Amino acid sequence: MSLFAGLAKTRSGLLARLFGPKDAKVTPEWLGALEEALLRADIAVTLVDPVMAQARDLVTLEGIDTVPKVLDAVRDALIRVLGAEDLVLRTSAVRPRVVLMVGVNGSGKTTTAAKLAKRLKDAGESPLLVAADTFRAAAIEQLQAWAARLDVPVIAGKPQGDPAAIVFDGITAGIARGSTTVIADTAGRLHTKVHLMDELGKVVRVAGRARAGAPDEVLLVLDGTAGQNAIEQARGFTASAGVTGLVVTKLDGTAKGGAVFRVAGELHLPVKFLGVGEKATDLVPMDPRAFVEALLPRS
Amino acid sequence: MFEQLSDRLTATFARLQGRPRVTEADLDEAVRDVRVALLEADVNFKVVRQLVATVRERALGERVLESISGAQQVVKIVHDALVQMLGGGSATPLARAERPPTVILLVGLQGSGKTTTAGKLANLLRKQGRRPLLVAADVYRPAAVDQLQALGKQLGLPVATVRAEAVADDIGTVIAAASADGRDVVIVDSAGRLHIDDAMMAELEAVVTSARPHETLLVVDAMGGQDAVDAAAAFKARLPLTGLVLTKMDSDARGGAALSIRAVTGVPVKLMGTSEKLDGIELFHPDRLAQRILGMGDILTLVERAQEHVDVKEAEAQARRLLEARFTFEDFYGQLQQIKKMGPIGDLLKMMPGMGQLAKQLPAGDKAEKDLGRIEAIIASMTRAERADPALLNGSRRKRIAAGSGTTVSEINHFLKQFAEMQKLMKQVGGMAKAGRLRLPGVPR
Repeated sequence: MSLFAGLAKTRSGLLARLFGPKDAKVTPEWLGALEEALLRADIAVTLVDPVMAQARDLVTLEGIDTVPKVLDAVRDALIRVLGAEDLVLRTSAVRPRVVLMVGVNGSGKTTTAAKLAKRLKDAGESPLLVAADTFRAAAIEQLQAWAARLDVPVIAGKPQGDPAAIVFDGITAGIARGSTTVIADTAGRLHTKVHLMDELGKVVRVAGRARAGAPDEVLLVLDGTAGQNAIEQARGFTASAGVTGLVVTKLDGTAKGGAVFRVAGELHLPVKFLGVGEKATDLVPMDPRAFVEALLPRS
Repeated sequence: MFEQLSDRLTATFARLQGRPRVTEADLDEAVRDVRVALLEADVNFKVVRQLVATVRERALGERVLESISGAQQVVKIVHDALVQMLGGGSATPLARAERPPTVILLVGLQGSGKTTTAGKLANLLRKQGRRPLLVAADVYRPAAVDQLQALGKQLGLPVATVRAEAVADDIGTVIAAASADGRDVVIVDSAGRLHIDDAMMAELEAVVTSARPHETLLVVDAMGGQDAVDAAAAFKARLPLTGLVLTKMDSDARGGAALSIRAVTGVPVKLMGTSEKLDGIELFHPDRLAQRILGMGDILTLVERAQEHVDVKEAEAQARRLLEARFTFEDFYGQLQQIKKMGPIGDLLKMMPGMGQLAKQLPAGDKAEKDLGRIEAIIASMTRAERADPALLNGSRRKRIAAGSGTTVSEINHFLKQFAEMQKLMKQVGGMAKAGRLRLPGVPR
């Protein structure tokens, strides 16, 4: 499913008010509808307020007063917040490339790990999955089921085992097998639980012992339906696990994932992938312009 | 969970209360602050707009600008509007079927925490003397059935499964057989689904028809954003929702979105998940939560937790010994164990009126627990004789205890000094109590 297919479902109502006749003049009502669209997409009020001020200035100070022009300016401002650097999965000089999936409970780490493996496999790589969520009941079975479905090898730990040891074993196995990328799924944890975050820090350190310089990517999986807590999550995980990029999931619903703007802007973290459905192929590379246009479409 | 919202509002109100008279600009500023605070707490856009309009309207209606107690009035207006949004009143209990089994159906979006909630709810009901049966009806997510079965095994409770091609029918069959098996409550864990997935929503309608649930609970992630209300409204449009379960309330999420659901749909919040452990579920008390958001503490929950975990007779005996300065390390160790059972120290402090700020000054996260852990280790490294009589603790004994507890002699000296001071203080208090100048509950004169 593409971002735009999901979008069609929400075109009615609010957006109808945003996209009036072509070259319509900006009115106070229209500005209200724009503000509502931004806030309802979960973009932080601390970003929305300056963007709205900028839009008003365009109208009053610069005489740019048609809807399409103001919308263009707003879209550009949002695209700038997302940044344009480091948008694709980092490579590594030494094989295998090591990717860690981290995030709070229920954000979609395991599913994203499987989808990423599928993506790499389809691109001709030989990925290896590592099931290091030893806490949640049956999380290991969940990744094993995906691995079997995708025909991708998986290294799994035992329930309640030490996740750092499993990640170490997984990377070692990846080196032995000549895997191109090792994708390790870790247990979901709230960023407020100090001991669990310490445990994750240890996983990162131990990964570096299995292959110097690893992990190459620490991807924080953010639930696209999440609100302003996303920034707290990102701060917590960045402090403990050195997050290098973001994945926004569950964008096949009506949520827009707008909370990620503040995360990307304040922490300078690039969004690398978007989860747009339940199928193995529903993980798409980030395209900032497409992402913003899903939020504020061209009529 | 709501600290940031409550901090923001507290700061706004403190500023307002510092003014001799509220000007129109003050009112505008307060209303703006309230709006930003609520939006940052993920309160739904529509709810915020309405709440802000209500506050402004009432403030002008009550002529707060002309009043000398204008600030207090504004504070009260915001308080009342918030309580109204949260639903006010006390907890709404779970329905109970006149003729067992009571059927509870859990529904929600992917990753909201349905399966974990099913396990916790079964545990809660079992503790109340009920005999739950879990039904693993999530046939889509890989290993979801395994997950519920693992939870069932931990709890020693049966878990029924259903066929993927006959989910609704099989749930009906399982429920029909439950009573004969001596089960008086059936908890059905359904697959996570999107509210706009028509086929999946139709499947849930079929489940409702065959299961005829007494409770259909929507499980909602407290970290959710603006879309939560729309999703919940879509679930409500197709299912007979009777309540909400807020999960992940132990995060620092402010939960405004989940709370807005009640305001918009009228469905009450009945339960909240407060930890990853199987006993991490509590009844939801809207009135207490409103007080907590507003920084007024939640003394009732604290008292309840104490009642649940503290042995009253033992506590009374300890209090007596404490006042007679016969309180030993053994007693202190026992108290530490009881306090630990009640939850993290920071959480407990936050529930005490006026202690919210203090809780924040505690060392980050689990440090307070770690400090207590060191004290525990020190006491655990003492012999019984030493615990009863600190005078025995000479230099070489202190060295041994330091080695045994992984601490240093100077830490032990510090702790012993504090303990002696506490004993001295308590002796004075005890003397006052005996002389009748001070009455302490549970302590005979």
